[in-house]
Amino acid sequence: MTEGPLLEARDVVKRFGSVIALSGVSLEVRAGEVHCLLGDNGAGKSTLIKTLSGVHRPTEGQLLVKGEPVAFASPRDALDHGIATVFQDLALIPLMSVTRNFFLGREPVRRWGPISLFDREFAASVTRGEMTKMGIAIRDPDQAVGTLSGGERQCIAIARAIYFGAEVLILDEPTSALGVTQTAMVLKCIDEVRSRGLGVVFITHNVRHAMAVGDRFTVLNRGRTAKSCGRYEVTLESLQELMAGGALPAAA
Amino acid sequence: MEAGQHEASEEQRSLLARLPELARRPELGALGGLIVVTLFFIATADKAMFSVAGVMNFLSPAAQLGILAVGAGLLMIAGEFDLSLGSMVAFAGLVFGATLTVWQAPLPVAILVTFTFAVVVGGLNAQIVLKTGLPSFIVTLAFLFILRGLTLVGLKWASDGSTQLRGIRESAGDSLLVRMFSGETLGIPVELFWFVAVAAVGAFILARTRFGNWIQAAGGDAHAARNSGVPVTDVKAILFMVTACCAALVAILTVLDAGSTDARRGFQKEFEAIIAAVIGGCLLTGGYGSILGAFIGSIIFGMVVIGLTYTDIDQDWYQVFLGAMLLIAVLFNNYIRKQAIGARA
Repeated sequence: MTEGPLLEARDVVKRFGSVIALSGVSLEVRAGEVHCLLGDNGAGKSTLIKTLSGVHRPTEGQLLVKGEPVAFASPRDALDHGIATVFQDLALIPLMSVTRNFFLGREPVRRWGPISLFDREFAASVTRGEMTKMGIAIRDPDQAVGTLSGGERQCIAIARAIYFGAEVLILDEPTSALGVTQTAMVLKCIDEVRSRGLGVVFITHNVRHAMAVGDRFTVLNRGRTAKSCGRYEVTLESLQELMAGGALPAAA
Repeated sequence: MEAGQHEASEEQRSLLARLPELARRPELGALGGLIVVTLFFIATADKAMFSVAGVMNFLSPAAQLGILAVGAGLLMIAGEFDLSLGSMVAFAGLVFGATLTVWQAPLPVAILVTFTFAVVVGGLNAQIVLKTGLPSFIVTLAFLFILRGLTLVGLKWASDGSTQLRGIRESAGDSLLVRMFSGETLGIPVELFWFVAVAAVGAFILARTRFGNWIQAAGGDAHAARNSGVPVTDVKAILFMVTACCAALVAILTVLDAGSTDARRGFQKEFEAIIAAVIGGCLLTGGYGSILGAFIGSIIFGMVVIGLTYTDIDQDWYQVFLGAMLLIAVLFNNYIRKQAIGARA
């Protein structure tokens, strides 16, 4: 089943009391594929990714990792299954250095007699190396994350998730607050992640950004899958129209 | 509009990136302050101030304050305050003195009991703050009064109605342990050795260990730290206990030195310790700071307090100096923080 999806959601329904956030959404992510999840505000994107990343449990429906049904108890549990999510807050601490952020909570230690030291040299060289692979030259791994641009921060969070063993990366609107140059940087970063054979779920409400890197597209509308299709089956205009909630063409 | 802001911050960022490594260190301001204050006293004070005896004279109170400032500084970097620190010194002094004189316990037991009490009180502070989510400022302010009041009540009980407990040195006797906590070694007051040792351990933990990383993360952004797997609650609880233990150490050092303890011991030390930490580059908002800075900040503090007696300047100016230094330090730190955070400030 090497060609099967890394992560799959089947007819996922999520209700909060009487509020129906998701009413039957299906999605699959394969290795080396960027799956774009599009939708206007309130379409259910956030609920879906929170379900995929272990924050919420689906009310109905199933999640499968490499074909095996799973029920994530927590984001940590999802992470142990190789599903990493980079939320919009990035879980980066602006006043701390790039290196310290990169290894936060998973610091490498070096024994020195009875004392264990934070291995700064190792951490700095890994950080620099991983960032270089992402196409970002860090001037100084000791500089505070707050001094970096929004695009660079996004890429640190992505590089960190990959380094710590993510197989599927869920990116929550990574380009939403960025300018043109910064967006290009993040899209390049996503392309790099794909070329390393990971599956990516790229959440956005910008059709242009989605078209730039996406292999597959799923458009959510009011908690439903409005359309799910491959790269050559869509045009920018048709996606735009679907997102706006226009007349639904016959399902592809 | 947004694009314009972005360009400006881009410029700021590159400016900061070009600063040499040294200039970005949080204790830089404190070092500058130390130089200015030293030059000031060289110019205005009697030569005796910078004789060996004179230097010891201002380093001794600096050391007592500095031990507290290391604890307060670490706790501040983790994003919390302990305003009960000064009252804790008095309370620990009472526990220590009463254990020695009232119960006639041997010194090692008294020391152990004192530190145990400190851990319990620190733990209590931590539990209330962390379980309720209330600001530590208000919870420890309550303990500032509770501990000070308990000290008064306890002193009256232990000394039959007085507010001073005497005869502690006699009960402690003379041993190697006594000499570790009082008097001088090689002409240097022991609290200076403790000060250097405590500061060195604190600085080492902050800069070089995993726990140090967690301290900065807990204060920088507790939510992000938790999401990265940092046990934020445990980190803060441990630091509340460490801070209380710093207060206990100062209590033991000063009580043994004076041979008695009273209700005013450690009065307002919580503010002085926080001021020393802030002068040393610790941000009031947490997440950033330096133990070396707090160390230097304490020396500046001692120098100003004692130094004025060597000059023709009226002693009463000392609080003016202190307030002014605090203000300058806060403005400087705020500027540095904005630089470090860049566009998101």
